[in-house]
Amino acid sequence: MATQHSRTAARFMISPAVIVLLGWMLIPLGMTIYFSFLFYNLLQPGQESFAGWMNYRFFLTDPSFLDAIQNTLLLVGGVLVITSVGGILLALLLDQPIWGQGIVRILVIAPFFVMPTVSALVWKNMFMNPVNGLFAFFAKNLGFQPIDFFAHVPLASIIGIVSWQWLPFATLILLTAVQSLDSEQLEAAEMDGAGALNRFFYIILPHLARAITVVILIQTIFLLSIFAEILVTTNGGPGTATTNLTFLVYIQSLLQFDVGGGSAGGVIAIILANIVAIFLMRMIGKNLDI
Amino acid sequence: MARAVTTQRKIAFTAAAWLIGLLIFFPILWTFLTSFKTEGEAIASPPSFLFFDWNLSAYEAVNERSDYPKHFFNSVVISFGSTALALLIAIPAAWSMAFVPAKRTKDVLMWMLSTKMLPPVGVLIPIYLIFRDTGLLDTRLGLVIILTLINLPIIIWMLFTYFREIPGEILEAARMDGASLKSEILHVLTPMAVPGIASTVLLNVILAWNEAFWTLNLTAANAAPLTAFIASFSSPEGLFYAKLSAASTMAIAPILIVGWFSQKQLVRGLTFGAVK
Repeated sequence: MATQHSRTAARFMISPAVIVLLGWMLIPLGMTIYFSFLFYNLLQPGQESFAGWMNYRFFLTDPSFLDAIQNTLLLVGGVLVITSVGGILLALLLDQPIWGQGIVRILVIAPFFVMPTVSALVWKNMFMNPVNGLFAFFAKNLGFQPIDFFAHVPLASIIGIVSWQWLPFATLILLTAVQSLDSEQLEAAEMDGAGALNRFFYIILPHLARAITVVILIQTIFLLSIFAEILVTTNGGPGTATTNLTFLVYIQSLLQFDVGGGSAGGVIAIILANIVAIFLMRMIGKNLDI
Repeated sequence: MARAVTTQRKIAFTAAAWLIGLLIFFPILWTFLTSFKTEGEAIASPPSFLFFDWNLSAYEAVNERSDYPKHFFNSVVISFGSTALALLIAIPAAWSMAFVPAKRTKDVLMWMLSTKMLPPVGVLIPIYLIFRDTGLLDTRLGLVIILTLINLPIIIWMLFTYFREIPGEILEAARMDGASLKSEILHVLTPMAVPGIASTVLLNVILAWNEAFWTLNLTAANAAPLTAFIASFSSPEGLFYAKLSAASTMAIAPILIVGWFSQKQLVRGLTFGAVK
């Protein structure tokens, strides 16, 4: 009887969370899908009409859509490569016996806590500015022409900034994984004459495979939605050079007031994110034993 | 058998690690230093690192000109408000799943987590329209609601993992001793749950403080937190590096300190137990 009672209580306790999240998921999502089939512009209220697949057709055949997809892939891929390779190397370094390990760790983690608008603006102005930035100063002193980062390599600049923000996350998680490695195994390999490279590729890397996958999946979820860094540095430009899918949907909906087209873009963004989410959820689910 | 570590090797690794650590940290340090310069010194060439005339003029300028305290207050209200509201919903849910697991508990947890995978831009328009029609645009309440919703899955998940570490036998023992449900919760569980709840609060305050999609899209002058206030520096008027640095330093300092205390929880909270 007590269990029956506690089960009812449990259901009662969990219901607010379920209701709230169900509403959060279904209502806006349903509205986005509904809008994506309408001609609906905020500048012409009351003139909504059924559009069929037209919004999708317009959005998908818009040249800026292909640019946005390409930029999204480059941005996500570039940051993933930099942060996972950098994160592995840094985690291995921090795992070595060094003096002041705790302090170095704190220094390395710090960028993760900096809000996106701050890191983007600090990098853009104080480092990458072609006249007053620190990079320009060093370039001039070394006899080079300073690079106008956001004019000539805008996407690479944003990739750099975002990588700086996410390298700590990758390092921290990979360091946790490195530290769980059985050191006796490494010692045995070393005694058997395995060189540093062999030990890395045959023992360390396989051990880290799971953590690397998790880093990649979680970062991808967040990186697909990069927005603030683009808004405050390039506003998507020059042209569409730094417009990712998130930013394109933002332009379409809140700057051009095209609710229908923006919603179609939103649905596409959801589908893309879900492809990644399925893999991530599967990995999390496997590790969760109830 | 421990590996013999030669001092030489240790020195080399230490030097490399410190060099890289300082390089990664340098932009933050540089922002901090620049915030104590005048605008002229901030763009001086060659730049001076330590030997300049330290002064607070940039801080004074930021505080006078731009209503900085209001935005700081907005950030505090929004991040703590949304964390508190989410806790109110999350604690009972995580509690019941941890202590009275049912057959479908795992599915429920996974489903809750899946709502976190929804890209915000996918629901930007409906939320914007709902907010416009209900007068929530550019209000602190609106942002509290949104941030509660987006962080709720992480909060439930983290609390669940903490609560699960509380041994169930303790509950049974208390029950045998005749403790009522109320005193069970008040005197037995709460003291054991507080550390987990505290860690969850820390991580979520950090996430909410730095959230920069909804705060930028749903606020204007009134409810803008620091993320949006800093964004207003993207259209420069003349010399502004020192002011940007001063505003940035004030915006990130509190959360940097909180963040350093919660490194361990970060891994746990952001990987959902997938990395141990």
